[in-house]
Amino acid sequence: MTAMRVRQAIVAALADEMRADESVIIFGEDIAEAEGVFKTSEGILEEFGPLRVRDTPISEMGFTGAAVGAAMMGLKPVVEIMFIEFLGVALDQVVTEAAKTRYLSHGTLSVPMTIRASAGSGLGFGCQHSQTLEHWFASTPGLKVVMPSDAQSAYSLLRAAIQDPDPVVVLEPRILYAERGEVETGKIAEIGKASMRTTGSDITIVALGHMVNIAQDAIQSAGVSADLIDLQTIIPWDRETVLASVKKTGRLIVVEEAPLSGGWGSEIVATVSAQLFSSLKSAPFRITTPDVPVPFNGGLEARYAPTSDDVARQIKHALSQSGAPEPWWVVEGVPR
Amino acid sequence: MTTSIERRNALYGNDVACYERMVEIREFEKITNAFFAAGSIRGTTHLAVGQEALALGIASTLKPTDVLAGTYRSHAIALALGLTPHSVLGEIMGKATGCCGGVGGSMHMCDTSVGLLPTSAIIGGGMPIAAGAALAFQVQKSKNVGVALFGDGATNIGAFHESLNLAAIWKLPVIFICDNNIYGEYSRIDKTTPIEDLHNRAESYAMPHMAIDGMDIHAVRKGLAEAVECARSGNGPTFIEAKTYRFSGHSRADQALYRPDGELAMWQKRDPLLLTEQDLIARKLLTQEKIDLIKSTTEIELGALAKQVEKDPEPELSAMFSNIYTPKKVSK
Repeated sequence: MTAMRVRQAIVAALADEMRADESVIIFGEDIAEAEGVFKTSEGILEEFGPLRVRDTPISEMGFTGAAVGAAMMGLKPVVEIMFIEFLGVALDQVVTEAAKTRYLSHGTLSVPMTIRASAGSGLGFGCQHSQTLEHWFASTPGLKVVMPSDAQSAYSLLRAAIQDPDPVVVLEPRILYAERGEVETGKIAEIGKASMRTTGSDITIVALGHMVNIAQDAIQSAGVSADLIDLQTIIPWDRETVLASVKKTGRLIVVEEAPLSGGWGSEIVATVSAQLFSSLKSAPFRITTPDVPVPFNGGLEARYAPTSDDVARQIKHALSQSGAPEPWWVVEGVPR
Repeated sequence: MTTSIERRNALYGNDVACYERMVEIREFEKITNAFFAAGSIRGTTHLAVGQEALALGIASTLKPTDVLAGTYRSHAIALALGLTPHSVLGEIMGKATGCCGGVGGSMHMCDTSVGLLPTSAIIGGGMPIAAGAALAFQVQKSKNVGVALFGDGATNIGAFHESLNLAAIWKLPVIFICDNNIYGEYSRIDKTTPIEDLHNRAESYAMPHMAIDGMDIHAVRKGLAEAVECARSGNGPTFIEAKTYRFSGHSRADQALYRPDGELAMWQKRDPLLLTEQDLIARKLLTQEKIDLIKSTTEIELGALAKQVEKDPEPELSAMFSNIYTPKKVSK
């Protein structure tokens, strides 16, 4: 085990994959000479050289599409999208090209590419640089979508994504880049497999990315015994682990850093409700952000994503009542 | 209290007022930088030090009814177009007094009273929007023009090419102003773009194009006036490449260590403030004593303003839920 920051775990995963497989190449804006604006490709150019490590112009559609073509021809490109929002101009290449290539080639072509992007709120970057946007991809068959929650998962999921024969979107919570954790290098995750952060008997909490850390704090402060499932993969999500846990606890909360409407948690709550209806002790529900853009102001942004205090409040509610609690903005009666 | 439109109107036909505004921008960015360095502003920021002449040339040529779509590097153009230092600094500090009520931040300036559309933090994002504004003017038979202001980095993105093509085939009253400061984020233009004279790209869209000295307010005005006349008279778009230089790094995080030795010093000899001072002294509109007084007064005034803005109220929690949809009309 080695102590490293999340961004260093990403560098380590890239380097380990590039050492193991010469078909892995990386490119993106200011990732080579400048080593990435979040320093997630530190030393990569130096070790692997300019043939495999390239700076691109500000041309997301062009270079993301080039990754699709290169992947079809047998490379394993890893592209960095500095902020997930920048993929908006390249969405065609991901959702409509990469995700359909295997289908439209009658199974003769694969697209083993990885798209890394920073995501999420909390750093004061404003509403065009603070979204998570996983739902852009979560309803696109043909894509896989993963999100790490700490240094180990950042390392292990990225290695798995690069090795995966299909296009994988890796959303990295940018608020975690500087966080430290112990990393066992060489440990590769299984895409589609959740990880149990804590185990318990009273309630199941499913979270993703930084919300796993928030949920863990909330479980501690609420003093409850909970299964905390770090989902890690949104598509395909780990039904087996979630269903087995809720069958045991009878209660489910999903914590999402994404707007209430249209979030991936709805899929989980719907599946659990349909499959385990008779085993449930209380209504499964979701804790999300309100349906608003991410505000810049620090005080407001601090209320945007679920907080550990608010998650703790709702955990206690779930353990004492059968109906779902109201979100904070309804409880507080914020004028809207 | 001075309004945005009053501040804008003060610029027309007044070269000294334009110079004073350039000094204001320079001092304003110093304060912004100092606040960020001290950690009293969160997020990121993109300074426009060295690019004041372009901003003032644009603001003193366009009418307040013309509209401009800008970028995340918009403090200078916002102040030039007329936004008050209070509303710009308020926004950068996330205060309720900011031009976006504090929910936008440093990259998001807007004031429709002087034609500033919401600035986009997505590269190339404003270009089709400027073309679309021009489309509205064409349909509405107004004489207004739309302006897209963007950096050299944006010329490699799809929206750039699609906007130019659309504007050309529809003869839209839009002007594309490329602020070519030689650097797209951390990369020098020669690493990302096979040509240095970006205005030549307009050639393939059969669009009139020109390169101008973006450090010289007179050159900016002259080129832009020609383009505006062309657009207002129904003869379609023009592409203007303003040759400028970014005196600071791309953003707060960037120390700009990648610059070749001597490049900054070379450009600083063409500092737009310096060029304007020389011009105004030669024309006997200002003396060195008066220039020193303008600088010291501006520094004092903005310093006092900064202290005031720091104490401004934070937005209410309801601001988080406001302005997402147009309110339903209440029937009487």
